[in-house]
Formats: sequence, C-alpha cells, structure tokens
Amino acid sequence: MKKEPVKIKERDKLSRARDFEEVVLGFSEGEALEEASRCLQCKDPKCIAGCPVGIDIKAFIGQLTKKDYDGAYATIRQKSNFPSICGRVCPAEYQCRKACVFTKKGEPFASQQAINIHFLERFIGDHGAKKGLHLKASGGSKYKGVKVAVVGSGPAGLCCAGELARQGIKVVIFEGLHKTGGVLRYGIPPFRLPRKILDSEINSLKELGVEIHLNTIIGKAKTIDELFGEGFSAIFLGLGAGIPSFLGVPGENLCNVYSANEFLTRVNLMNAHLFPVSHTPINIGRHIVVIGGGNTAMDAARVAIRLQHLAGVPPDTTICYRRTEVEMPARRLEIEHAKEEGVKFDFLVKPEEFSGDEKGFVGKMCSSRCELGEPDSSGRRRPVVIPDSHFEVDCDLAVIAVGLGANKILTSVTPQLKTDKYGDVTVDPQTMETSIKGVFAGGDIVGGEGTVIEAMGMAKKAASAILDYLDRKSKD
Amino acid sequence: MKILDKDVLADHQGVRIVRLAIQAPDIAAKARAGQFVVLMVREEGERVPLTIVQADPGKGTIVLIAQEAGLTTKLLAGAKAGDSLHSIVGPLGHPTEIKKYGKVILVGGGVGIAEIYPVASALKNAGNHVTSIIGSRTKELLILERELKEASSECIIMSDDGSYGRKGFVTQALKELLEKSTYDLVYAVGPIPMMRAVSTVTKPFGVPTLVSLNAIMVDGTGMCGCCRVTVAGKVKFSCVDGPEFDAGQVDWQELMNRNSIYTEKEKHICRLTGQAQSHP
Repeated sequence: MKKEPVKIKERDKLSRARDFEEVVLGFSEGEALEEASRCLQCKDPKCIAGCPVGIDIKAFIGQLTKKDYDGAYATIRQKSNFPSICGRVCPAEYQCRKACVFTKKGEPFASQQAINIHFLERFIGDHGAKKGLHLKASGGSKYKGVKVAVVGSGPAGLCCAGELARQGIKVVIFEGLHKTGGVLRYGIPPFRLPRKILDSEINSLKELGVEIHLNTIIGKAKTIDELFGEGFSAIFLGLGAGIPSFLGVPGENLCNVYSANEFLTRVNLMNAHLFPVSHTPINIGRHIVVIGGGNTAMDAARVAIRLQHLAGVPPDTTICYRRTEVEMPARRLEIEHAKEEGVKFDFLVKPEEFSGDEKGFVGKMCSSRCELGEPDSSGRRRPVVIPDSHFEVDCDLAVIAVGLGANKILTSVTPQLKTDKYGDVTVDPQTMETSIKGVFAGGDIVGGEGTVIEAMGMAKKAASAILDYLDRKSKD
Repeated sequence: MKILDKDVLADHQGVRIVRLAIQAPDIAAKARAGQFVVLMVREEGERVPLTIVQADPGKGTIVLIAQEAGLTTKLLAGAKAGDSLHSIVGPLGHPTEIKKYGKVILVGGGVGIAEIYPVASALKNAGNHVTSIIGSRTKELLILERELKEASSECIIMSDDGSYGRKGFVTQALKELLEKSTYDLVYAVGPIPMMRAVSTVTKPFGVPTLVSLNAIMVDGTGMCGCCRVTVAGKVKFSCVDGPEFDAGQVDWQELMNRNSIYTEKEKHICRLTGQAQSHP
C-alpha cells in the first residue's frame, strides 16, 4: 500500500536555535516527486475544499509528478497569489491536509500519513519565484484608469491588491508601518518565513504596477471620504486584528511584561536581536514565560530562546497554556519545533498575578492549576481552576500571547462603518461589502484572529465583488 | 520626509535642544494641537514619538523639537538641513479638545514647553484666557519664550536657579495662581516628576488637569501596548487612548518604572557610539 511520507529536511535543532535563519529547508526535486507520487489523485478530491482559497491541489500535484513545474505553478497561482508564503505558514494540518483522504474522520488535525500538500506548494512556489513566473497583468484591460485603494499590506491587502492589479486596475496600498507585510513582517519570524521570500512575493505586486504608500494611516492621515475624493472607485480594508489582549491580572504592567505583538515587533520588524547595530532595544530574561497556545505564543517562545542563546544566557523559556497540548491552536509543526529547540511546556496553567522588585521589574508569576471541564462554544474543553492550587515560578520576562482584537483607529472616526460587538467590521458575507457603498473588507478585521490563508480567501472574495461593483458602476 | 531647516534652541551644560522643520504635507494637512508623530532617523534606527509643535498645511511642513537624551535624539540633533528621515508617520493620538473653557493655565517644563505651545495657541484662538507658566533649570535652557508670550494672555517664567524669571519650580507659580483666582483647566507637559507635582498641586483646588504622557512607544498605533499606562485603575494605551489623560488618575510610579525599562541598554548604545547620555 502507500509509502511513508517523505520527511522534510530541517536544520539541526542545536545550531538553528542560535540564529534566525529558516528552520525548514524544503524538499529537493527528488523528495517532492516522491511525496507527490503518494497522492492517490482521488476521483472526488476532498483536499481542495479544505483550502480556504480552493487551490486545485489534485491538478497541481498531478502536474508535479509529471515534472511540469511551470504548469503546477500556474495552477496554484490561479487561486493563490503567494504560494511560497502559504506553503510555509499555512496550518495545513487543519486545512487541506485535514481533508486529505489519508486522514481519519473526526480527528482534530491531519494524520501523519496525509500528503504534505503545503511542502509541495512551497516547492512549486519557490520554483516559480526562482524562474520569475509571477503572473502578469492582463493587457488591454477594461479597467484602464480605474483606481482602487487597499488599506493595509498584510495577507488580505496584498492578496486583494494582486487580484485587482492582474485585471489592469491601478491599485494603491496604504500601509501604516514603515514596511509592508503586516503580520507576515512584524509577527512571523524570519526562521519561519525568510524575508527574501516575503520581499520577492511583495515585489511581484510592484511588477503588476501596485503602488505602495508606507507610513500612511487611513483614519489619521486620510479618511475614507478623502480616498474617494482622490478618485478611488472602491476601497478594500485589510486592517487586521492588531490590538493585543492582556490577561487583566495584577502586575501585568510591570517592566519586562510584553505583549507578544510588542516582543515580536521589536525583533521581527525592528531587528532588536541585532542591538546595538539596530537601535531598538529588547530585554532578555533568564527565566522567560510565554502565556498562550497559538502560533503567536510559539513564535514568541522560539524568538525568546534564540535571544537567550545569542545573549549567552542559559536557555530557559516556558510556554504556559491553560488547556493541554491537544487543544493548542498552534500548528503542530511549530509545537514540535519549539520542543526540539528546548522550549518547555507547562499545561493547565492559569496565571493569576505577576510580582516584581522595588524597581518595578517582574520577578515571579503566580498561577493556578486547571483541569478540563465541559466543552465550550469552540468545542474545546474549558479549563476550570482547581481551588487552592496556587504555585509560583521565577519569571523575569513574560510575553502575553492570548489573542488580538480589532484596531479602532479607522472605525472610530468612520461612524458610518458598521462594526460588531468585538469592533470587527460587519460585511455582507457574500460580497464582503461593508455598510459603506464601495468599501469592502476582509481578513482579521472581519473574521477576528484567523490564518493567513483565511485572510487571503476573504480578500479574493472581496476582489471579485469589487470587480462586479466596478462593472455595475461603469454601466450606471 | 526631508529636513528643511534645523536650528539649535539651547545648548548648555550638555543639554541640547533642536528644532527641525520637516517636509510632510500629509501630516501637516491633518495635524492638530496635542498630536504627535513617530519617526525613524535611519533605517537601522528605532521608532520614537515626538510632539508636532507646529504645522503649516500651506507649505506642507511640520516643526518638531527634540532634546538630546538618547542615541536617536542625538542622531536627530546631528541631522542637517537637506537630510532625509528614514520614516515619519502621523498625526497620531487624540488631538487636544479645543473649546472655550474660560481661564486656562498651561504649564511647560524643559522641552515640554514645546509641547504646550500648540495647545496654548489653539486655546487662545478659541477665546480662552491663557496663562502660561514655563520653566527650565537655568536661563540658557529656556526655549520658545517669545512664541509662548505671543500664544498666551500672560506668561510666567521660572528657573530652578533663579538665573531668569522667577526662582523656583513651575509648580510654585501654579499654586500661587490657583490660590488667587479660579481656573477652568490646567494643562501640563514636562518631566514625569513635574507632571506628578502639578497633579498634586491642582488636586485640592478641584481644577480639571490634563497631562500629555511620554510613555515609551514602538508603533504608536495601538498595536503593541508598550506605551500602556494605568489611568483610574484601567489599562490605557497612550498612543491611541491618549497621550492626554486626567492627571489625578495617572499611576505615576508605574509610568516612571516603565519608562526606565531600557535605561541600561540606552546607556550601552550611547557609550558604544561615543555619545554621552544626558538626563532626559
């Protein structure tokens, strides 16, 4: 019967935790061919529905097995603008791989046997990037002279911009930070997504004629109305979920208690690990605690342990999560990588208080133990605190990675833009159009905290609705 | 992002304060009193917040005033007209609520004088009686005297050593004013101990008191919470919820602690680059 999955090559766990270079090295051609040959080419493939943007997985893997790499690339690019990024950061075990026929029904994530679709996508994506196969804008577009503004250069904004620019629309992206990429830049560390790859995928947009205005915060520097006034026919909002949630426990404002956003931004965006060559500082603890169980927590912990190595501090970084490993929303691969790199895990922990020294720096974390109770609305068993189970650990640096909320800079100055109780922008689920005519939205600002590919899926839907909208408008 | 003009407002006892005029039409068009920018001097630089002291939408320029404290402000002070900043974003934060309050007192300490200046102008233009109290350690470090006099109905000058104006702290003059008459608003910007002292002085008089806090920031857009402060027992982000807050409700000790998170690193980088650190 079927062969064993081809193991992906990775850097040695001891050396890789001392730098920020990419951990997963990817498939060689031979390995990719071997892994692709495991695909059964199902008559009725389920994997495609598992992909938020509906890549024709069966087709591209089929092309791959025939060594038609250019064809496979074209197949993927019909649906996804950024195969090299998605092939690296998608939680495939919850998406395409979970739908793979090799995964048993009812399992929380893909089985080991499921085809490594994401690694094959990455192989093809990197092939396409190397050969410069980026899709070109369609010539003689009917949208000549039409301008669309995209707010935010994260996964949703980049994807929407790409979709529209390929139709010959003039797209201008407005980004608040001094660099593009959103969470791909400030959140996901280079050891998961090398900056060369990110830059190359974003540069492919520039080749399509997309203009990028950095350091421009829509809602502050310009309003929605002003964008329309500047001649944009439609606007896409890909603002993301940028506001960090805190635990709301005493001592959380002590020095060296970071939000994961701050901790990761300082390193990933500002290169604080290169201080003083880079001027942005970051502190490094002897006993680092990271609170949370998502990808952000994994990233923060793996960054933390690298900082400890680089600073010559004996590595001591612990992830504290209130449920158990099975319930962790993080990618399985990232959990494995974190463990291999020496990150410790403490499950069923609920932090209750941080305490510090006379200068206001954190020194200890007091927590309670939990047990799992009944499933909650997400279907995961809810952690219940065990009475009188307090315990204290040394902690001179803490990173809080317990989720994100909606940034309200734009929505607070745009009352006509309807939002829900979480502050997320309300859209028509069919068209992703907001309460303002001609303004569409997608990604985390609509769906709360989701994945890169989910954001792209929404952006694609919005892009096609924007095209419809422009068509209707031109007929009026 | 081009620096059009730079001049040194004060340079004394290792303290240097510079004024920069910067080409930034989008920011100039929108800036209102009380708002700030976040800028990077160089590509490898850090992001630092600075108050917008003046904005000229016609010319598309803004004016920033910085006191050399750490490496970034030293690089800024070392920049020349014609140089370009790596990045600048704004206007950020809530603008000051400008309306007719009646009689207002503006208190500026050190480089904080630069930050009360746009507020003083706006409040005076809104028909308020504006009393400015400005103070510095010594005569040579007093900035914007002429500007504040123009922007105020009356202007009181204090110096710690008595070398100019009256001898003493700005809080002394503030207390005397509040004892003599009633006021509708006090607005203070300066070092944390000064702002805290202002809040202590105004409390018994029950006069609404606003301070513009100077927490450490990274993005300046609410993304990271580095600038969080506790106000009335609640966690607020200075960059999006402020930077102005009710002085009587601020947890000053926490702000002071949090502003010292990187003191050691700052000293280190200044030593490495041969820049002696002066007191912020």
